Amino acid sequence: MTRGVQFKRRMQRLLIHLILIIFSIIMIVPFVWMTLTAFKTVTEATSVSPFVIFPSQWRTDAFTTVWNNMNFLVLYKNTLLLIFFRVVCACLTATLAGYAFARLKFKGRDFMFSLILFQMMIPSQIFIIPQFLMISKMGMTNTMFALVFPGIVTAFGTFLLKQAYMGLPGDLEEAARLDGCNIPKTFVFVMAPLARSSMVALGIFTAVFAFKDLMWPLVVNSSANKMPLSAALATMQGQYQSNYPQLMAASLISCIPMIVIYLIFQKQFVEGIATSGGKL
Amino acid sequence: MSDNKKKPDTKAVEVKAAEAKDVQTKKVEEKAAEIIQATETQTVKPAAAEDKEFKKKKSTTWERNQRKWGWAFILPTMIGIIVLNLWPIVQTIYQSFCKVGSFGDSSFAGFANYKKMFADPEVWQSLLNTFKYAIIEVPFSIAIALILAVFLNRKMHGRTIYRAIFFLPMVVAPAAVAMVWRWLYNSQFGLLNHILGAKIEWISNPKIAWISVAIIGVWSIIGYNMVLFLAGLQEIPKDYYEAADIDGASGVRAFFKITLPLLSPTVFFVLVTRVIGALQVFDLVYMVMDISNPALKKTESIVYLFYQYSFQNGNKGYGSAIVVLLLAVIMVLTVFQMIGQKKWVHYN
Repeated sequence: MTRGVQFKRRMQRLLIHLILIIFSIIMIVPFVWMTLTAFKTVTEATSVSPFVIFPSQWRTDAFTTVWNNMNFLVLYKNTLLLIFFRVVCACLTATLAGYAFARLKFKGRDFMFSLILFQMMIPSQIFIIPQFLMISKMGMTNTMFALVFPGIVTAFGTFLLKQAYMGLPGDLEEAARLDGCNIPKTFVFVMAPLARSSMVALGIFTAVFAFKDLMWPLVVNSSANKMPLSAALATMQGQYQSNYPQLMAASLISCIPMIVIYLIFQKQFVEGIATSGGKL
Repeated sequence: MSDNKKKPDTKAVEVKAAEAKDVQTKKVEEKAAEIIQATETQTVKPAAAEDKEFKKKKSTTWERNQRKWGWAFILPTMIGIIVLNLWPIVQTIYQSFCKVGSFGDSSFAGFANYKKMFADPEVWQSLLNTFKYAIIEVPFSIAIALILAVFLNRKMHGRTIYRAIFFLPMVVAPAAVAMVWRWLYNSQFGLLNHILGAKIEWISNPKIAWISVAIIGVWSIIGYNMVLFLAGLQEIPKDYYEAADIDGASGVRAFFKITLPLLSPTVFFVLVTRVIGALQVFDLVYMVMDISNPALKKTESIVYLFYQYSFQNGNKGYGSAIVVLLLAVIMVLTVFQMIGQKKWVHYN
């Protein structure tokens, strides 16, 4: 009988693996197809009979063409700077405000926090027109500042960090205060280090969504040299219309850095998104 | 403004606070000794009296410090939120009552934009398109993610690999996702039609294009939902399942009787955020549907329309009215979900 149960368990496990593998294939096929197409010639890519799956020769022509035409180094730099500034600004302002909202008592605190919660409930498209008008009035379109602008502060991050600080034990803070630490010192040396994991989570969350943001860069930076990757890819689609190897090569070039970083820090990525996304 | 005037004052306060702190620390030491004594000898009274006095003295400077630093700490965030978010809400609502040119010059126009909007079939069509997108994206992405999360919520071979693969679309630019899917969907040379041996016009047939776009949406978001569910599943104590196992409950029954009720707060959370996210769909429509695509009118979302009016046609007043409509729709739907949750979400 136990053998029967064991057999049933094994079959169950097999079935689960089978389902997971099928879904893995569905998730991964687009990336595989992107890669295969990027190495083909246009004729191979658009050949119907016979349908070509693997390129007859692994050609890098498409890569060299888009690399020469699109100035990817500038695009990488723009994306990297955008992510860097967004993450630094978000973590810095949110951890300060989060600490104050969670740990300090002062008049007006609860009202101010209700403004933060209110902001979180509003769809972000509401802000875009006035934000754009501010940027254009400042004459700052097509600058890095314009790209970073809406992400200088973060209501969501403030909320996330507030939750993190509320979950910390009060003894350490008390001890630091009794040792003569003032509030900034207590914050910098005692409390902020303890909320590190939430800050990392917020950083990853901010980075992923800064990388994926499309509408704001499209609106505010129209010059080809000032765009981040997401917007540049969107505009190149029109130029290369039906040259699929080149389109796929460009997609691949712009995806690979983020994918590599993700695969290296996979655990941090997933956990960061899980802890921050779960509280959004 | 008043910062300059206040500066010497605050310095004085700081000095005072520093002085007071020395006294305080001494007092604290005394107090600690007192408390130890008190607990040893069970004479609580004098300690309590001293404590009260101690608190009174401490509270004034301490409270002032908290107020000062509290405001200093939240100031950057609050200024940002007010300038970048709260004031723009007011402006957008105001603009929705204006005729706004592309350079921000505006003249009050009353309800003209709203009147035009409510009579505009394109707005209603885009709202319907958005709902249709959400009706596919939300349930399918949640159901599939939930199943995958339950399967992965155990010690097994390849767990991290599976998780990494399912999550992969999250770290890819939406433009790249859209491009590769367009290529897969290509009616002449696409992989999908080759596998199916069909000649389906996935994204240019108005009858099915919205489904094709929603499939990309599901594919992109499964991993994200799954990760949230996995985090929620880890909160469920293992003993529940052991008890179910002893009772001979099958895996499917355990899922419906234990997992689903205990996970319902997470499911509810994901549902609310996914509905809001799906109603704001823009990237996919913008990237997948060309201006010349005959199916565009049957797939364009409300945010896509907002983008077109605000930034392509330069009609920011009308764009504002459309986005205010979106806000209203999201609010109403969220309130309904909040009311509905009482029926199926179990908080312990």
